[in-house]
Amino acid sequence: MTTLLIAIACLAVGTYAIRVSGVLLRGRLVLPVWLGDLLPVAATTLLLALIATAVFTTAGELSLGVARPAGVLVGAVLAWRRAPFAVVVVAAAATAALLRFAGLS
Amino acid sequence: MRTAYRTRLVGAVDRDLIRDTLALGAASAVVGLSYGAISVAQGMPAWVPIVMSLAVFAGGSQFLAVSLFSAGNPVAAVLGGLLVNVRHLPFGLAIGGAIGDTTAARLIGSHVLIDENTAFTLAQDRPERRRHAYWLVGGALFVLWNLGTVAGVLLGGVVGDPDRFGLDAAFPAGMLALVLPSLRDRTTRISAVTGAVIAVAATPFLPAGLPVLVALLGVAAGRIAGAGRTTDVSRTSGAAQTSDIDTTAGTDEVAAAGKGATR
Repeated sequence: MTTLLIAIACLAVGTYAIRVSGVLLRGRLVLPVWLGDLLPVAATTLLLALIATAVFTTAGELSLGVARPAGVLVGAVLAWRRAPFAVVVVAAAATAALLRFAGLS
Repeated sequence: MRTAYRTRLVGAVDRDLIRDTLALGAASAVVGLSYGAISVAQGMPAWVPIVMSLAVFAGGSQFLAVSLFSAGNPVAAVLGGLLVNVRHLPFGLAIGGAIGDTTAARLIGSHVLIDENTAFTLAQDRPERRRHAYWLVGGALFVLWNLGTVAGVLLGGVVGDPDRFGLDAAFPAGMLALVLPSLRDRTTRISAVTGAVIAVAATPFLPAGLPVLVALLGVAAGRIAGAGRTTDVSRTSGAAQTSDIDTTAGTDEVAAAGKGATR
């Protein structure tokens, strides 16, 4: 109980420190223009990496399933055709769910 | 008349933002539900997932930490969880300006800095819309993630596998929809796609959290590829601003220029 509490406190404080340090640094530092331009590129790169690992890996291994990539692909095509965001999310989930229901993992 | 049109436009945009937030928030609540249920099923006391959702509020690290706690390795849970969360530092650097001008706003707002509001904020073109997106998405997902967690703890084994409902596809698809407009910029596209390939390829070999961080190597690739075409890139993004609203990565400079152009 005490160990768990200390561990959770460490994770919570450490995570907050990571978050707040980026935010406060942004307010304090005067960044050179090239670096300022690079930050949104870096953030987008991190987000796409997060998306790609969520789609193509499971628990630290590559996963070659059908349902999840197919669902995301349907969502991506709809997003590219400028469908409303809610439609993208629901269509992706529905595609993956239906494929799984049909027996494809 | 022009002012009235602008007001109506802003109102419509905000309604869209609320609807989009609720779409992602509903999915987030269901994942929170499964987080609460899985934690209890792995032998955690009820307070563990509830306190973590409130105090840590970072889903990936919470799932990892609970599985390492139940494996009897709290040190690995803390270190692994922090490694998974390191990406929030560059997120804060990139969009920290959208949170607010006061120190109080920044201190409170930092707690709700997550992947989802980073993506939503990057997708907005004007400062006030960036601020709305940050707080609306961060606040709504904080509330819904925590409600989901509590419900999951209470329901326990009744909650099934959320993948059955395709939620594992819903999140990447939603995030991709938000990132897509930024990818029209060539440098960003090369950086992000290279980074994504690196991250997936590195996943079997690196501990959780690191693959996403090494994706930043892709930024170097984007810079090298974009170096010879600087004028091209700036011309493209300039055209995108005037013809089409949500197309640029939305740096503050771009946002300011866009604001100037509409007035």
